[in-house]
Amino acid sequence: MDMLLDLVARLGRTTLGLIRAAGSLTLFALSGLSHIVRPPFYGRVFLSTFLETGFFSLPVVALTALFSGGVIALQSYTGFAQYHVQSAIAGIVVLAVTRELGPVLAGLMVAGRVGAAMAAEIGTMRVTDQVDALTTLSTNPMKYLVAPRLLAGLIALPLLVLVADVLGVAGGFTVSVVKLGFSPHAYITATLNSVKVIDVTVGLVKAALFGFLIALMGCYYGYNSKGGAEGVGTATTSAVVAASILLLAFDYLLTDLFFSQ
Amino acid sequence: MTGTLPKIRIRDLHKSFGSKKVLDGINLDVMPGTSFVIIGGSGSGKSVLLRCILGLITPDAGSIEIDGEDMITASPRRQDVLRGKIGMLFQNGALFDSLPVWENVTFGLLALKRLTRKEARTHAGGILAQVGLDPSVGELYPSELSGGMQKRVGLARAIAAQPDILFFDEPTTGLDPIMGAVIDGLIVDCVKKLGSTAIAITHDMASAQRIGDEAAMLYKGQLIWQGPASALMDSGNAMVDQFTHGRREGPITMELRR
Repeated sequence: MDMLLDLVARLGRTTLGLIRAAGSLTLFALSGLSHIVRPPFYGRVFLSTFLETGFFSLPVVALTALFSGGVIALQSYTGFAQYHVQSAIAGIVVLAVTRELGPVLAGLMVAGRVGAAMAAEIGTMRVTDQVDALTTLSTNPMKYLVAPRLLAGLIALPLLVLVADVLGVAGGFTVSVVKLGFSPHAYITATLNSVKVIDVTVGLVKAALFGFLIALMGCYYGYNSKGGAEGVGTATTSAVVAASILLLAFDYLLTDLFFSQ
Repeated sequence: MTGTLPKIRIRDLHKSFGSKKVLDGINLDVMPGTSFVIIGGSGSGKSVLLRCILGLITPDAGSIEIDGEDMITASPRRQDVLRGKIGMLFQNGALFDSLPVWENVTFGLLALKRLTRKEARTHAGGILAQVGLDPSVGELYPSELSGGMQKRVGLARAIAAQPDILFFDEPTTGLDPIMGAVIDGLIVDCVKKLGSTAIAITHDMASAQRIGDEAAMLYKGQLIWQGPASALMDSGNAMVDQFTHGRREGPITMELRR
């Protein structure tokens, strides 16, 4: 009986903890969003975060997309050749890249690179009193640290995904033409016939949401970090893990919303 | 009547973290133009008290008035206005790593749009000179400065907006005795020049006597003694005397786990 009560108590505590965390995260997100649209605006902070999130993530996202496109082409060929439908490869590559691989892989790369950096930077500022110093200098930390980062994530990731889409398709094209012996003209024609506005658009919508979630997790865990270097390390890990899981969960939900029959 | 109004008035202030009582019924009046020093051991609640006055921590009960206006019940906008009267030197400097020194120093002025960035760059040189630093230091980043220089930059940032009130959290911690004396001298000069009211918290007795006009000792969340800073070393209070002379034996017992 005692064991059962103990189990129920633990379950209750965990549930309450989860509800409390969800509430705290929601309030944090709403507060951050409200500061995006209320002055003063910190254009310089936004610009530097936007460059860090977008421009400096370009190499890693570009390489990931390029190789992934190539892998999709190779794998599809292996399977499709058995049924003599190799001509479908261009369509498969463009569909996979624009709908899923572009936004998801770019999101995961940015979560690892930028989400971690945001959590570490804000976390360090928190444990070294820099966040409190902002408050004493007539600056709202949510407005100065969080709002510009949320906005940067929201805008930068769709732009990165556009690049990832193009390079993913280019990766598939390169492998198909150079290694698998496809005609360049036929491959490009098949690609253009397969690409759909809805696929690209939904990919970009996903990217915007992923960008927001990555920045939100980085800011939230960084802002609430405590306990010195160890706390900052924990915040950084938590931000990347939480962003990656949320990203995949929302990817499923959006895919279900837009593409399920 | 306004001449007798305390700059900072604290009544029955309480703050606990979980079951640990950190502030337990603090009453304090700091008169305008006074340099008030609060001494006390590590974990006695000194920093929490300053953070409560700044509005960075919300107390559980009690009132904190700045110029007669309650900081705790004021609207967020009024809290910002009241906080704007206060300059703060943090224990570790709390300089913004990503900004050069000149931008750190003028951060508050830029936030209030009192200066353009071009003006701020020039203005920072003048403030850095006030704390004994060459204006060229303005182009460096905090990580390129020594501990003493970081404290000076922190002091420059605290006085940049010419605040009515200045807070100093352990201003000499981590500095050698000579640099500590230099920082204390700069603090006294700045406070006099600005005519500000100052509260410093420290456990450095030499620093407390150099900075303070008045002093109080915080022990287990309560102010157990208050008097002139010049009387710190001979207060007549057994606890204060034990603390100021650093005696191992006495009424204060350290909670050490054996």
